[in-house]
Parts: sequence; structure tokens; C-alpha cells
Amino acid sequence: MTSTVLTVATMGEAARAVAQGATFFGGGTIVMRDVNAGTAAASIVRTTDPSLKDIRISGDTVTLGAGVTMASVLANRDLEFLHPVARLVGGPQIRNMGTVGGNLFAPHPYGDFAVALLALGARVVMAGQGGARPIDDLLRDRSRSPGLVAAIEFARPRPGTFGFLKVSRIKPKGVSVLSVSALLPREGGRIRGARVAWGAMGAGPQRGSSAERALEGQSLNAETIGRAAATAAEGLNPATDAIATDWYRREVAGVHLKRMLEQMERG
Amino acid sequence: MIEFRKEFFADERDDDLNEIGKPTRRQDILGHVTGRSPFFDDHQFDGLLHLRCVRSPHHHARIRRVDTSQAEKMPGVVRVLTGKDVPTNLNTLLSLLDFGIDDEPILSDKKVAYRGEPVAAVIAATEAQARAAVKAVRVDWEVLPHVLDVEEAIKPGAPKVLDIYPNNKFIYHGKYDHQKLRFGDVEAAFASADHIVEGRYQMSPIEQAPIETCGAIAAPEQNDRYVCYTSTQALFFSLGTAAKVLQTPSSKLHFVGGTVGGGFGGKVDSIHEPLAILGAMLTGRPVKYAWDREEEMQVGAPRGAERWYIKDAVNRDGRITARKFIGYFDSGAYTRLSSYAIIKGVGHLPGPYTIPNVYADVYCVYTNRTPATAMRGFGITGVDFAIETHMDKVAETVGLNPIELRILNSYRDGDMKAHRREAKNCALVECCQVVAEKAGITLSAEARAATSLTGGGGERARIPNYTATDQNGRVEGFDTGSYARKSGSGPAAATAQPSTAQPARAPQPGSQPASRPASASRPEQAPPRADPPAKPPESRPAASRSGAMRFSSLSGFRRR
Amino acid sequence: MMAKTPVNFTLNGNDRAAFAEDGQNLLEFLRRGVGDMSPKYGCGQGTCGACTVLVDGETHLSCLVLAETVDGKEVRTASGLSSPALDPLQTAFMEHFAAQCGYCTPGMLVSARALLDRNPRPSREEVIEAISGNLCRCTGYEPIIQAILAVAEGRARA
Repeated sequence: MTSTVLTVATMGEAARAVAQGATFFGGGTIVMRDVNAGTAAASIVRTTDPSLKDIRISGDTVTLGAGVTMASVLANRDLEFLHPVARLVGGPQIRNMGTVGGNLFAPHPYGDFAVALLALGARVVMAGQGGARPIDDLLRDRSRSPGLVAAIEFARPRPGTFGFLKVSRIKPKGVSVLSVSALLPREGGRIRGARVAWGAMGAGPQRGSSAERALEGQSLNAETIGRAAATAAEGLNPATDAIATDWYRREVAGVHLKRMLEQMERG
Repeated sequence: MIEFRKEFFADERDDDLNEIGKPTRRQDILGHVTGRSPFFDDHQFDGLLHLRCVRSPHHHARIRRVDTSQAEKMPGVVRVLTGKDVPTNLNTLLSLLDFGIDDEPILSDKKVAYRGEPVAAVIAATEAQARAAVKAVRVDWEVLPHVLDVEEAIKPGAPKVLDIYPNNKFIYHGKYDHQKLRFGDVEAAFASADHIVEGRYQMSPIEQAPIETCGAIAAPEQNDRYVCYTSTQALFFSLGTAAKVLQTPSSKLHFVGGTVGGGFGGKVDSIHEPLAILGAMLTGRPVKYAWDREEEMQVGAPRGAERWYIKDAVNRDGRITARKFIGYFDSGAYTRLSSYAIIKGVGHLPGPYTIPNVYADVYCVYTNRTPATAMRGFGITGVDFAIETHMDKVAETVGLNPIELRILNSYRDGDMKAHRREAKNCALVECCQVVAEKAGITLSAEARAATSLTGGGGERARIPNYTATDQNGRVEGFDTGSYARKSGSGPAAATAQPSTAQPARAPQPGSQPASRPASASRPEQAPPRADPPAKPPESRPAASRSGAMRFSSLSGFRRR
Repeated sequence: MMAKTPVNFTLNGNDRAAFAEDGQNLLEFLRRGVGDMSPKYGCGQGTCGACTVLVDGETHLSCLVLAETVDGKEVRTASGLSSPALDPLQTAFMEHFAAQCGYCTPGMLVSARALLDRNPRPSREEVIEAISGNLCRCTGYEPIIQAILAVAEGRARA
């Protein structure tokens, strides 16, 4: 199958093409693989709309255009808490090309930036629609043509409340065995509104509810961390692939959750 | 940082080295850093066509029907090839070298024996069009049971991978279903040993994964010749194989190679050239046949899997008095060079150690895995891993430091090796001593005083008075004089042949190896050939022959 | 009939124009369309880095770039490094045996050049990160790291 690419000037036009079944081309790091293999859709749309690459920070609210690249995140001082995440997406070339919006649709085992956004409780703004929806909904619906993501917004986390860990066999650039991220806001020393997200532990980025339950209302100390680690893999259904087996991922989930939480505890 | 230990064997050489130890520059590196080194794909051709293969998704299946009619009508498609279009539809490397019977079709038309095996080739104007047309070829498969493990494959009732060989084992010397090594009497040594140490070692197939995938571009040149740029590591293997497959004199083929983007052994028995050249012959245009990365990983021949069982008889003091090997090489679905790998491997046993009783049975086993080939230390590396791990196990059993154990058992100059050659220029003792030094391990006085030049020969130079032999694994119906022939009904019965192509034959005495008269440049019909004088199929050729003598005598396939 | 898009761009400082086919990636466009054979095909999936080029000064995997998107942009490949004198990185690679088969070398040089343009004095970790998107099966990477550090530390001849 050879693909035809349509370039349009605005996100609105792109959204209309996507609604008619075209595949959206962001940075190309996912879609071009399919084009090269002859398995891409016949119709592809991309846009030169500059709003796609905007980074806006207003008070504590961050809005990233869906076309913001990992490299742009790394170049922005105000997004320093996301640098440990962006730095581990692909290699340097991929970071110059791959976008935060594209990462939301990256198939297993990719999508580590989306894992961090899920932990942060981000909301996504769809092109041609008003308002924003929780990223959880988008990730759940992502294989059912949900439309075109225009921007992603989230609150900048308080220092020490956000953590991220990616596990790969090869470093610094390697595909995930798993990734895990957490947002642990504190109120009076106790965790309130815990969010934990896993990558490469199922069909896509997903919440870790058993870990959240173990953490909610507790102080972040060794005992809490131990309990969270013990039940970490509950409710997760990882796959076996060329990187790791389901058994292995289940075995080490708690180990890596513990390491990430200990990192956060140390501050 | 290179450290020269010139004190070792100092009186054996003049220390007037002109190149070693001095800075130099690779002769090709200027091309590499300027991007000018010409890999096979770095050549422009007007009207270049792209060839991609239709491949089996099954490990093992019979082909009921290949329907290329839809594919032929697709945009950009110039030609679709199947087995009947290939003049000699066999990988002829084995008969070229007299290492075995050609058993692998270029484009399979009766059955497939590994996932990825090609059954048709689409030639189109662009790679994308070739990909699309490949998907439109419809194949009716009859899926067969498959086997993926060497020991499962040799059990009675296992799926039969190749029709030629009974029980999925290559036949050595026309006599046995394995390669034997016999030196002394291991069973007697086991009976009187202080310790018996056993181990089982194995290795999965290893993909060479060069950054450049395998491929070739062929194009018509002037005077009815074809040029072929190829990634092969073995230009003359590839040239000879292409000449035999295409029934074309090698003088009609102009092969250009030499710049290989990583081979590591994975490009020594390349098979792209015949199809690329055939495509150029049939279309009159340049044709590129190159693997994409997925094909390189799945279809490209890996280093074959191996499994080894080692059993040692060991004295209390750590001396190994007997070593028995049972080894299985996973050749995958076809022989390729695995039969040769085992000859190399067996010549290496029992490792760099003087052991007075040695026994080895090594099997070349067919499974429904991707056919294997060479990689770095072909035939040796896997068994060396097994041997060295086993040495550590022996050391642990007798309570000796692993380096001490090795120095104790190391061969020395003048020792008789298990295949009845004298050990010369040994250096394991000295290597062990330097390793101990670097690792901060203190050796015993004896180990520190040992040298490769002392302590060998004498008693250790003798071939044992008695060597236990056997007729285990004896097989009938194979010719001992030539691997390229099966005795009795001849090669036509040994391999499945497409109807229009001529079967591969070993060169007859006095005939030219694999060359064809000049008229045979249009291979749509097999040209008439002048057969050598008719001989009854059972007769053996006379001992001398032209062509591929050197390799087979080196390997020991031919009797001296 | 293949639709073709005109692409006007600069290649290694020179104005070029050629037609890109539908869905054609920049690697194929540069090699077959324009005739620059220095970027190489290793995977077509963005994992090996042999196709690395600079687009407007930033490293990109040309196998994943849609050729028509470089219209109006500046593309630099390994063959543009010598102009005509060798880039210090090229000399350093030769002196440090940083190439064996040579297939990953153009991509490595482009990544190394981009690093030193942005950060003339990288640490060893920064060098490793800069080439982490370029696979090599021959050298084991250490000679490449040494060659780049030699240039960074001013030890290589210009």
C-alpha cells in the first residue's frame, strides 16, 4: 500500500481529515515505520499549524501543543521536572522528532512520556472541540479513533511529589521492560490523591490502582513503600514480548516501584 | 593499550616487527569517514527494479498452490518468479565445494521447512509496489507438524524436515549419522576414575545483526554479461553458486564486492545474487534484491544453536583422564555449511588440553528453524563455551583454582592430540599465568614454573595402543566417495526437482566444473546439455577430479 | 502514476531541487533521488541510526523523515563534512580506529558533529548519550568515544 500525504495549514482542517479516516502524522517516528513497511493507511494528513509547537506556562498550569518535541521539553527550564522522562524517550534523533502528542498513541512497549502525563493527571484538548478531557479517557479510547489531540495541559507538581523510573536492558537508549511514574501530593505529611501509572505493563499506559490504594493516606516511609511494592503487580496484565516475559515483568514491578518511591522519599 | 609480553618465546622470533605495535591506518578508512566507501547499494541505476520474496508464515508446510495472478496485475509489477523460472532451483554451494548434497531450493515449490522460506519473488518498479504485490500472492498451505529442538528432532516419529536424510541427521563419510572422534578408551577410564564430572551446555541461535542487511544489485552489462554488486563476504562462493544456479558460465558474470557493512560470518553463503541476476536476465533491467531489517533477523542465517553433553573422568589431583562429548548442532531446515562446521568443531576437541582418552559423537541435526551459517569462530565458539564452563566445574569438584586446573591439564609442545596430530606452538600455559597475574591470583610453585615448552612429548606423544571404535549410527545408501551424490538411485531421487530444470550433479572426472556453453544465457528453457558418458548410478568416480578438491580434502571428507 | 512533490532545499550548503514520490522517506530521497549515498539503510524503523542526517542543524533519522517536509530546509549529511579539508572528527576517527566496516560511520559522524557544535567540551557521559541513537556492531563503541573526546579535548589535528 502506498500512502498519500496531505499537508494542511490548520489543526481544524487536520481534525476534519482525521475524522474522515486519515492517519495523523506528527513527528513521523511511528507513522513512517508503517509507511516504510507498506502497512500505513492510504491517507495521511499533517499540518504546519504553528500552534502545535507552543509551550505555554501560566502560573502553575502547563500547556503543551501536541507537536512539542521531546527535545523542546528538554530545552525548557520550566519543565525541568519532566527532563528525566523526556531524556529517556528514544535516542537523541528520536527526541528531535518525536512529539508529546504522538507518544500518547505509541504502541507497546513505547509511550513512556504518556505514562508520566497519566501520573500527572493531565487533560487533553481535542482539536475542533471545546474543553479538555482526562488523559485516562483518551488512553482508554485511543485505538477507537478518538480524534486529534491539539494540546495537553497539566499542573506543575510541587517539588518532591513527582517521580518517574524507566527500566531498560540497554542504557541510555533502550526499550522499556517497564516504566513507572507517580504523583504523590501531600497534605500534612500524608499522601492525598495518589496517582501511579505504569508503562509496558499491559496494552498501554495504565493506572496502578493497587499501588495507589497502598499509598493513599499514608506517609511516604519505608513501611508504606514496602506495602505498595508487595501488591504492585496486582491488577496488571503484562505481555510477553522480545524484551521480557509477563512473568518477569510481574516479578520486578514491585522492585522498581520501591526504587522509584525511595528516590522520591530521599528527595 | 596494548601490552607486549616479549619475554615469552623470545628466542623463537626476531623482534624486528615493522607493523605490529606501530600506529597505522586502515586502507579503507578514508572512504568510511567521507561516506565514499562503496557498499553494494551505493550505486545508481536508471530504471532500477526491486525484488521482494513471498515467504512462508509456517515453520513447516506443503505447498498446494501458489497463485500469482493477482500480483502480476498490480501497479508497477514487471515480473513474478516461482521455482520453475530458476534454471537450477537449488542452492548449489554444497555441490560446488563437494561438502554435501544440495538440498535447498532457491524458490521452494513443493514444501517449506522454516518460517520465512521464499516461495515466489515479485519484481516491481518500487519497493513499496513490490511489498504490496507480495501481499497479493495467494498460497495454499498444508500446515505440517514442526520440530524446533535438536533432541526432539532425532526421536523416532519426529517430523521429517528433509527427505534426503533419515531421522533428521546429516550423513558423514557416507557411513554414519554423526561425526565420530575416537582416541583411547573413555569407558575404561570412567570405570577407574576418582571423580566423574558431567555437564549439559547449550546456546541459542545468535543473529549476526550487521548494520548493513544482505543484498545484491544485478544489471545487464555489455556483451551479454551481467554485473552484480553484492554484500557477500565470499565472492567466489557467490560467483560459483550463481553460475551453477543460473546454468551460466562464470565468465558471463562480473561480481563486484569487497565492501561489506558487517558480516561476521552471516554473509559467507549469501544467496541473493542468483535471484537478482535472474531478475536482470528476465527483465533486461537492473534488479535489487535486499533484505529489510525484519528479514535480516528472521530469514538471515544465524549462528546455529548447539547443545553439548560433556562427561569427564578426573583424578583426585585434577588431571582429566577421559572426556566424552555428545554434541548437537542445530542446522535448521537445510544443511548449508553446518556439516562443515562440525568437522571444524570436532578437530578442536577436547580443547587445548592433553587428555589421554577422548570420545565424541557430534550430530548435524535438521529442525524447522532458520538454516544456520557461520559466525565468528564458526563451529568452535559454542563448544569452547561448553568446554571452559566444564573446566570450571571440574576445578570446583577437585577443589583446585580454575587457572591451576587448566595449567595442569594444558597441552604442551610434543603432545599427541586426539585427532593424531602433534601439538606445536602451544601457549595456553603462558596465557593462564598472565591471566593469574592480572587477576591477582597467586599460583602454586609448579603452576608458576610450568611452560608450554617443557613437560610435553615422551609418554604424552604416543597414540594409545588401543582405541575403542564402534559402528553406532551406521547408515546405508550413501556414497562415500562424494558428498554431492547419494548412491543407488542417484541425485534425482535424493532431491525434489522442478520439472524444467536440470538436477545438480557432482563434477564427473575430466569434465569442467559447472560451466555451460555460451548459448545458455536465456534460461527460460533449460538448454540441451552434453551429458558425460552414461555410467551406472552405483559406480564411483575415480579418485582424482577437477574443481572443488581443495576444501573437501582439508575437511577430511575425502579419504586420503 | 506516482504523484511527485517538488522539494527545494540545501544539501551540504548547495541549493538542490528534486521530486519526492508519495510517502518517500528522506533516506531514499537523498540516496536515489539526489545521489548522496552517505546516509545508509540499516532498519527503516528508526532504531539503528545509520541514516542520521542534520535537518536545520538537528539530528534526524532520515528513514523516518517524510522527504517533502525538508522543502525550504537545510540538510547536512556525512559527505558534507569534508569541505574539502577533512573535519577534525574524520581525522580523529581514522587515527583511533573508530570505523571497521564503515557502515555506521556516516551516521556516527553526523551525531558527533551535532554534539560538538552544541557542546564543544562534552563529558564522556555526554558523548555516550549523543551517540546512543547510533548502533555499531564492529568497534564496541570505545574507539568512537575516544575519537570524539580527542577532538573535544583539542587533541586531534584540525
